[in-house]
Amino acid sequence: MKRPENLAFRLGTGLFGLVLVLLVAAIGVELFRQSTLSIQKFGFSFWRTEVWDPVAGEFGAFPFIWGTLYSSILALLIAAPISLGIAVFISELTPNRLKPVLVFLTELLAAIPSIVYGLWGIFVLVPAVRALETSLPQSLRASPFFSGPPIGLGMLAAALILAVMVIPFTSSVAREVLKAVPVTQREGAYALGATRFEAISAALYYARTGIVGAIMLGFGRALGETMAVTMVIGNSARASWSLLAPQHTMAAVLANEFSEADTTLYLNALIEIGLVLFVMTLVINSLSRLLIWSMARPMQAAAPAVVPAAESAA
Amino acid sequence: MTWGTRRRKFVSSLFVGSCAASVLLALVPLAFVLFFVVSQGVQSLNVAFFTHMPAPPGESGGGMANAIAGSLILVGIGALFAVPVGIFSGIYMSEYAGTRFAALVRFAADTLNGVPSIVIGVFVYGIAVLPFKQFSAIAGGLALGIMMIPIIARTTEELLLLVPGTMREGALALGATHARAVFTVVVPSALPGIITGLVLALARIAGETAPLLFTSLNNRFFSTTLTKPMASLTVQVYTYAQSPYQDWHRQAWAGALVLVFIVLTCSLLARFATRKLETLSSN
Repeated sequence: MKRPENLAFRLGTGLFGLVLVLLVAAIGVELFRQSTLSIQKFGFSFWRTEVWDPVAGEFGAFPFIWGTLYSSILALLIAAPISLGIAVFISELTPNRLKPVLVFLTELLAAIPSIVYGLWGIFVLVPAVRALETSLPQSLRASPFFSGPPIGLGMLAAALILAVMVIPFTSSVAREVLKAVPVTQREGAYALGATRFEAISAALYYARTGIVGAIMLGFGRALGETMAVTMVIGNSARASWSLLAPQHTMAAVLANEFSEADTTLYLNALIEIGLVLFVMTLVINSLSRLLIWSMARPMQAAAPAVVPAAESAA
Repeated sequence: MTWGTRRRKFVSSLFVGSCAASVLLALVPLAFVLFFVVSQGVQSLNVAFFTHMPAPPGESGGGMANAIAGSLILVGIGALFAVPVGIFSGIYMSEYAGTRFAALVRFAADTLNGVPSIVIGVFVYGIAVLPFKQFSAIAGGLALGIMMIPIIARTTEELLLLVPGTMREGALALGATHARAVFTVVVPSALPGIITGLVLALARIAGETAPLLFTSLNNRFFSTTLTKPMASLTVQVYTYAQSPYQDWHRQAWAGALVLVFIVLTCSLLARFATRKLETLSSN
């Protein structure tokens, strides 16, 4: 039976849903519209040009793209194994009563505002990193990864702080994914005489698609992280392999220079960087959700819902 | 025990040990951040911080009264935009969960949630600052609101889906329209959870800096004019942290402590509220 009131309800609430959809579309369109000048002038060379000189009107985004990717990949190299360890520990090895506490503590890492991480980064982490860098043996300092003066501000500090900020996201998704692996999987392994490591690695292998998705989700987070990175990376638009060198990221250059942009071309170039960042996170996030979804969905349907209440909240 | 078994057991305990170690590795920075924020913040947090205006550079004393008021106003404006859109689109996603449009809305919400906050700032600059040639509190609030929408929408959806279908069906069987069933039966029973989600979203958004940098900008003075730049706690902390003055650094730590306190209490409250909810629903 169709009632007009019901149609009105559907259209009414659907309208707000439409607002959400249009908002996402509007972000893409607006960023593109506002950066036309830069897109027309520089075309694809924008991505490859290494010179960023606002005074001379030369704009190349390469140092920022480099810095964003380099810092995010370094952060994930640190964060991915730790996050997986946390996910395994909480979902497989912790007694049920301790679980909510650990979950809460790791979620707290995600709740601390970026600006607070940044403040801590400037006054605590950067001096510590500087001390570490100055104590590096001379033989290491000769390699391209550790060249340049040890000033503390730079790629290493940024990667470390990003890693801390990414861990809660990756570990909580990895935990969800592990939860979607049927219990019978592990029980089967144990029945065959497997050790904990063997049973859990079977579960991890079973969940591999979702785990990759969880790591990519962390990558998406790292790409867009702004304040903390801006405050510790040193903000120098020069791409380098060195972990000690001050560098720059796409998000950081926006935070730093946007309100100073005095010409339309300068502003357009910055907005184009925003557009590139938007598209990159969009692709990475969609891909990661697809992986997580393909992993968690069919299994949730198949597995009986006997998850204890406390766990479903976590 | 054969050598092979012993090796397998050793590898296994090594694995368990490294998992435990990774939990510790994550908790160490948490403890460090909290320790420094509390120990540094407490030293400079006093009544003046909440009641006084910022002191001129180099002079000691002063507070962040204008920034605290500004943050409250900005988050309020954001909530004004975000709560209706978030709640109603959440209702749509849960009530028409199987439909293709609901899937599209869900995709949009997840996408929006993943958009870097600085990019939202750039977007709002384009639509709300550039056309009027004026940084404004409204623009800042709009940016915060856009960030809140997906959080509220997804929380609402998830909580409504937890309400047993029989309750909705009961209302419909009594002849209620769909809207009536949703607004008088389904939503009220999920309301405590939805409100918890709202509080959590507000707390998270209050800690955002990047979307405010070039929308509401900053303001050295106390202002409640929505069409003018407005100070906020987060941007103020950022400005002070970058400054060369010792006294401003102390103020920045105090600001950070206030921010962490807000987020921490809200998370704890939410934690207890959801636990209560679960015991209710499981009985």
